[in-house]
Amino acid sequence: MTAVPLLQTSPAPHKVVTQESPWARWTLILLALSFLSLFLLLPLVAVFFEALRKGWEVYLAAITEPDALAAIRLTLIAAAIAVPLNLIFGIAAAWAIAKFEFRGKSILTSLIDLPFSVSPVVAGLIYVLIFGLQGWIGPWLREHDLSIIFAVPGIVLATIFVTVPFIARELIPLMQAQGSEEEEAAIILGASGWQTLWYVTLPNIKWGLLYGTILCNARAMGEFGAVSVVSGHIRGLTNTLSLHVEILYNEYNFVAAFAVASLLALLALITLVLKTLVEAKVAQQTSRGNHS
Amino acid sequence: MSTFKQYSVLPGFNLALGFTLLYLSLVVLIPLSAAFIHSAKLTWPEFWSTVTAPRVVASYRLTFGASFAAAVVNTFFGLLVAWVLVRYPFPGKRLVDALIDLPFALPTSVAGITLTAIYAGNGWLGQYLEPLGIKVAFTPVGVFVALTFIGLPFVVRTVQPVLEDIEKELEEAAAMLGATRWQTFRYVIFPAVLPALTTGFALAFARAIGEYGSVIFIAGNIPMVSEITPLLIITKLEQYDYAGATAIAVVMLVISFILLLIINLLQWWVRHRSIKA
Repeated sequence: MTAVPLLQTSPAPHKVVTQESPWARWTLILLALSFLSLFLLLPLVAVFFEALRKGWEVYLAAITEPDALAAIRLTLIAAAIAVPLNLIFGIAAAWAIAKFEFRGKSILTSLIDLPFSVSPVVAGLIYVLIFGLQGWIGPWLREHDLSIIFAVPGIVLATIFVTVPFIARELIPLMQAQGSEEEEAAIILGASGWQTLWYVTLPNIKWGLLYGTILCNARAMGEFGAVSVVSGHIRGLTNTLSLHVEILYNEYNFVAAFAVASLLALLALITLVLKTLVEAKVAQQTSRGNHS
Repeated sequence: MSTFKQYSVLPGFNLALGFTLLYLSLVVLIPLSAAFIHSAKLTWPEFWSTVTAPRVVASYRLTFGASFAAAVVNTFFGLLVAWVLVRYPFPGKRLVDALIDLPFALPTSVAGITLTAIYAGNGWLGQYLEPLGIKVAFTPVGVFVALTFIGLPFVVRTVQPVLEDIEKELEEAAAMLGATRWQTFRYVIFPAVLPALTTGFALAFARAIGEYGSVIFIAGNIPMVSEITPLLIITKLEQYDYAGATAIAVVMLVISFILLLIINLLQWWVRHRSIKA
């Protein structure tokens, strides 16, 4: 659209009234960027710098020693159990909340977010109160020679607790924005519920699902507080990467601590890249829902 | 049933809701109730003297004080960063925008040891701050720094979408009516972002109160001085004082529930505002 100018005024550069002067603009940009460099960029650079302080050989040795490898394995196992379970939970919760109207819906939505507002330390503690030796079913577990606290199952449970909301809270608003017309059409045309979910709903929410999964996975692999309470810190057995960082650091083995930490920082960077790539796709799917 | 749920042609309601409730109960609700039930083992005077012991009260003061200070700093700089990201083009903007979420993605133990290394007496920043008499690592200031780091994304990410939605016409109208740029910001833009800003503040504050991993390395954990409340829970657990740990945990849970309620009300306020606008 090109408007025809009614008045031919002099071509002097006109002032845009909704913008600040360049001077003010660049001051604000500089101020914001200095703050971000100090608080975000500096720590990120420091992790890798400290990790490589004694060179590549020491670095590689630190991340390939048996205890570090065991920590990597346990971190992957915990995430491989927690993420799929929370994925199924997220789809079920979003299906119930976004596709149906029922009483108590807003309470249920708030309850799903509950783990976000609980301190990680408290999250770990409550599992100790149930499965620990003095806990509700601790004595029974002991009689049957089962252990959950200070063992792998406790770590998996604590990881599940802190990551419950991630996928559900991405899917609920996305599915609410998209509405249920397409699913209703599928059902009326004779599709079963599972077919509708598989062929209609899942393709529509796939980017939101991926987005939630990326965030869920990052937290599952990086969780520290909750896992720390239930782990017992047994080297090579109940140490996740995050806990291994702590142990090495407390032993004044700083280079090794930062070497292991750099693996987690790398995971964080990959998460940020994937998240940025997927974000645009999620916005597309949401706006398509709003237009239909 | 008809009063509980509106009719729909879609199947799977019972299965989906049933699974959701079962999962949530097993993983979240029953375990959380364990904290409250366990704390009932203590009599009221025992409970009260545990949660008001001097060392515990000192930890509340530090936890809430540092969380509040960090949330205030994040509110100011969060608004600034969101403003710059929404309004001004500059090189590397997409990269900066992606980096904002680093504190969400970086495991807290990694953040903790890194911040400690930077601010320790021989660290990148510590070596310049210490001669000036500013000690950060192993003091309450360190707790504040760590909590500022982890709270940063909350304000930016709640304010950003609201700033993006503000209509240019409002600002043009203000300018036409003779407002200066500062007046437009103060009387037109600021009231529009205030609900989101308050929500961001509350989210950053709530997260900071429960934070553990990024704080314990830099805090130094000196009793009565730089010991945060979540650490006291761990200390009591390590001494097999389950009742004491649970009592403090219940106090923290109650506070987080109250904050959650306030945040929900604030978010309702944000939605209400944006619908009216």
